[in-house]
Amino acid sequence: MANQKTEEYPVIGLQGASCTGRSVSVLNSSFRKQVEEKSGEKVSACYQCEKCTNGCPVEFAMDIVPHKLIYCVQLGLRDEVLNSDTIWVCASCETCTTRCPNGIDIAHIMDSLRQISQSEGIKASQEQVPIFHNAFLSSVRRFGRVHEGEMAAIYTLRSSGLKGLMGMAGMGLDMFKKGKVKILPHRPNKQVKDIFRAAERKG
Amino acid sequence: MEVSLYPGCSLHGLARAYNESIEAVSKTLGVELRELDDWTCCGSSSAHVTSDKLAVALAARNLGIADKVGMDLVVPCAACYQRLKTAEKHLKQGKPVEGLSIKYEGNFHIKPMPDFLWENVGEKALREQVKKPLKVLNPVCYYGCLTVRPPKVTDAKNPEDPQGMDNVLRSLGAKVRNWSFKTDCCGGNLALTRPDLHMKLAQRILDMAEEAGADCIAVACPMCHDNLDSKQKEISIEAGKSYNIPIFYFTELMGLAFNDPAVETWLGRHTVDPRPLLRQRELI
Ligand code: SF4
Ligand code: SF4
Repeated sequence: MANQKTEEYPVIGLQGASCTGRSVSVLNSSFRKQVEEKSGEKVSACYQCEKCTNGCPVEFAMDIVPHKLIYCVQLGLRDEVLNSDTIWVCASCETCTTRCPNGIDIAHIMDSLRQISQSEGIKASQEQVPIFHNAFLSSVRRFGRVHEGEMAAIYTLRSSGLKGLMGMAGMGLDMFKKGKVKILPHRPNKQVKDIFRAAERKG
Repeated sequence: MEVSLYPGCSLHGLARAYNESIEAVSKTLGVELRELDDWTCCGSSSAHVTSDKLAVALAARNLGIADKVGMDLVVPCAACYQRLKTAEKHLKQGKPVEGLSIKYEGNFHIKPMPDFLWENVGEKALREQVKKPLKVLNPVCYYGCLTVRPPKVTDAKNPEDPQGMDNVLRSLGAKVRNWSFKTDCCGGNLALTRPDLHMKLAQRILDMAEEAGADCIAVACPMCHDNLDSKQKEISIEAGKSYNIPIFYFTELMGLAFNDPAVETWLGRHTVDPRPLLRQRELI
């Protein structure tokens, strides 16, 4: 980054987002290239039509709305993007991907950004989100299928401690009475374990 | 008629009522659902967040099993459907799957449950079984995000206005309402992590259903069901307005129209009890 030629540009069209109100160093395309390589999506094709943001069901809860996030990637605003709430509150509903006139799979870019941020050890702005996904996947890894009760208990324990887990007990009993809780988890599956190991090796 | 079934993890837990009603109506219609032998989790919405390779491989393993059987594969969950379709595209392009050796010919279709019933079983067979037409019921159909999006993956013919479930329920006599929230997101992905956002999104869907003049919502996915059914009490407290809208699995409504004796057992598993509405309409 430091040895790259940089020039100060005002960020036009980014007013209102957290990465606004200041000039940024452009000509730093290394982050955009990293994201394009990881996702296979052409971030540079975005012409800021805002269709993604207009259809996004959770844009009101985002600090950088989808089209601005894409712009931030174009500009190389790595820290803003990887520390954003946006990448963790995105609900993966795929509306943006479906509607983008340039065929950019924005939801997939969100995945790639989460993966980059996790692999670089950046603390997620919504810490509980990766805790949830890890609890889910560890259930799959152990039993081949998700055991909902066990997964929810592990998630609650890890995200809000024993107290949270106790608070969950009443709801669990209710669901049990309605026959919504499977008693025993499925059995471990060797192929599934191999798949996890391979993904760990290759990212 | 025989087909393969990929049930998905929730059908044996949270969505027991869906599982039981699917089994019952299939039997009535003479459809033999063959659960994939030794199927495993498709990775759902957690695998793709973590690793693209993991997401494809977890789903692809199940397609390898379905491939050996060679029959069409029916999927009763929106997220499972989308993950399996994603893996299908990957395999059809001949790309390798990490950590899994798989033989794949791909001579079978993957279908959401409502589309299978409408396109493969067909209107005539459905109508023939109707003992109790649902003329006094006004449902809206909620498809959720992932049976239709993105269409390059799901092959949905009408991603902004799907029709499969609408067609099935109309053939049972139900007065299905039109509305514009068929595929809007309920925030289910955030149900445990950001319940505030999830409830806001679910509330929008409940509001729009009411505005469309619906007395209930029909769904075809365990997650869609739980996300709309389980939090109405909390949403009511938050919104200062009472919500009590029955959410049906569309197969429960089929069972109701077919006069299946187990209907009340299924409905007893819901959070919002649909039985008062059905009693009032003299359907049970
Ligand atoms: S819809 Fe596509 S082109 Fe339009 S702003 Fe969003 S990413 Fe850019
Ligand atoms: S996938 Fe994420 S960013 Fe795209 S519309 Fe849905 S919630 Fe918004």
